[in-house]
Amino acid sequence: MKLKGKVFKFGNHIDTDVIIPARYLSLMEAKDLGKHCMEDIDKDFVKKIKAGDIIMAGENFGCGSSREHAPVAIKGCGVALVVAKSFARIFYRNAINVGLPILECAEAVNTTETGDELEIDLQKGVIKNLTNKKTFTTKPFPEFIMQIIKAGGLINLLRKENSLSS
Amino acid sequence: MKITKMNITEKILAKAAGLKTVEPGQLIKVKLDLVMANDITAPLAIQEFHKSSVKKAFNKNKVILVMDHFSPAKDIASAGQIKYCRDFAKEQKLTYFFDVGKMGIEHALLPEQGFIKPGDCIIGADSHTCTYGALSAFSTGVGSTDLAYAMATGITWFKVPSSIKVILIGKPKKWVSGKDIILYLIGKIGVDGALYEVLEFTGPGVKYLTIDDRFTICNMAIEAGAKSGIFSVDEITYDYLKDIKRSFSSEVARSDSSDGGTKRCWKDWQSDPDAKYSQTIKINLNELEPQVAFPHLPSNTKSINQIKQKIKIDQVVIGSCTNGRISDLRIAASILKNKNVAKGIRCIVIPATQAIYLKAMKENLIDIFIKAGCAVSTPTCGPCLGGYMGILAEGESVLATTNRNFVGRMGHPKSKVYLASPAIAAASAIAGYIKKP
Repeated sequence: MKLKGKVFKFGNHIDTDVIIPARYLSLMEAKDLGKHCMEDIDKDFVKKIKAGDIIMAGENFGCGSSREHAPVAIKGCGVALVVAKSFARIFYRNAINVGLPILECAEAVNTTETGDELEIDLQKGVIKNLTNKKTFTTKPFPEFIMQIIKAGGLINLLRKENSLSS
Repeated sequence: MKITKMNITEKILAKAAGLKTVEPGQLIKVKLDLVMANDITAPLAIQEFHKSSVKKAFNKNKVILVMDHFSPAKDIASAGQIKYCRDFAKEQKLTYFFDVGKMGIEHALLPEQGFIKPGDCIIGADSHTCTYGALSAFSTGVGSTDLAYAMATGITWFKVPSSIKVILIGKPKKWVSGKDIILYLIGKIGVDGALYEVLEFTGPGVKYLTIDDRFTICNMAIEAGAKSGIFSVDEITYDYLKDIKRSFSSEVARSDSSDGGTKRCWKDWQSDPDAKYSQTIKINLNELEPQVAFPHLPSNTKSINQIKQKIKIDQVVIGSCTNGRISDLRIAASILKNKNVAKGIRCIVIPATQAIYLKAMKENLIDIFIKAGCAVSTPTCGPCLGGYMGILAEGESVLATTNRNFVGRMGHPKSKVYLASPAIAAASAIAGYIKKP
């Protein structure tokens, strides 16, 4: 699975309240949530990005609330991948569960700027910066997470497991 | 024979996984004692549940829905969401659906209603689910899809976390509460200082902490990135659980528990003396001063004595899953008694549950609050997450006993949130600026 997109870079501790503020938590559809993604930190973010673009951030991305609306909003506005130095644990699980690809790679974050173009091979965990020609390799997902991803998310995995047992 | 020494979290997870031992980093599937969601997270979980081919929740007594965030419904959209939850509860014949009139803030309500016992393994679709560690349960927040899977199966997976041992020494001074201890710790280690780990609180200072202090401390473990916070069982835990059993002896308390929840079966929920930890942090409670977290991170803390300038505020909020319990209201009322909220300040007091509200009425605390000029509300999470019931305008500041002060958390992106204890909140409401009692 290969991805290609332009980078939008953020700092450390980007919390779920700025990813999707609570005033929009009455919304349930990805495209509706997506319209407000990141608006309290950059109100024009959703106007600037194109489908397939990439969010890059520092440490502890997605900290705070357990709201799954956060990865859903990111996906809903068209972002294809989040690369961060580290993720908050609930966000990490939620992103995998809703099928938003995420990668941890501090070196790539340190050397990439907003506007750079990246090409990513998710299976191999290879991040190629097409702008500055640097390439990084990250740890691939462990097997049990690959199972969730391969099934297309946790609920699809459940459907599969359920049909096998019945 | 080699006996593996385990800390309390590893013991609980081993039991839940049906294994003799577990160790940090191990991936395990666990059976859950309780699965909980609220009116914001449940709708997405229900949507996912319906997408699965599963028709029935795994156990109608163990899936609990609490309508507390935007409830009583703040607008038409949230009314729709709550109705969606209500219909699901009816369809699934869930025994415990907490709606307006019965509901309280989930993390105050569930322990109070006797749902939590030592050794339990619990997930909730709310990040502050880590609160129940105060009663020696392993509990952690998850998202809606994890919750949907758990509602269907009663099972989830965890990576066994490593634990940080926080040793509390000495006796806290007057006005120093659980809130100050946890704010101090978050200030010390940062908002990701315990990322993926457990904060285990132990040491001789623990005996000075009431169960409400412990709820507050475990509640904010997530604010250091932790998976959970936890205390071992002691006399204070026993006494609390004994009281709960007495006052809520309904079928709620022990409907599905075969071990009966006795002192004898709780005594095992202790860490082994030579259990392993990733690091040890010592805090001398005797040296601690009341803490205030400045905008826009809970780790941005200062001792109240270090604050030299007068920080003017527009609003005070006393409540939330962090500090809306009876002891919080008692402290606030003791300071507000025969005093007035400063001119130009709004002070909003929110008892976390109906039982707390009733107790506060019987103890005359509500009388004190209203005479001082506070607004007292039915239980709701409302203002803490910028939902409703006290939203901030552009440029306004609030001193709140809540748990997060991120940008825009309680209203306009250009508003400011300061976090502190109920004592600081009450004193600040009277002064009009951030102040110690």
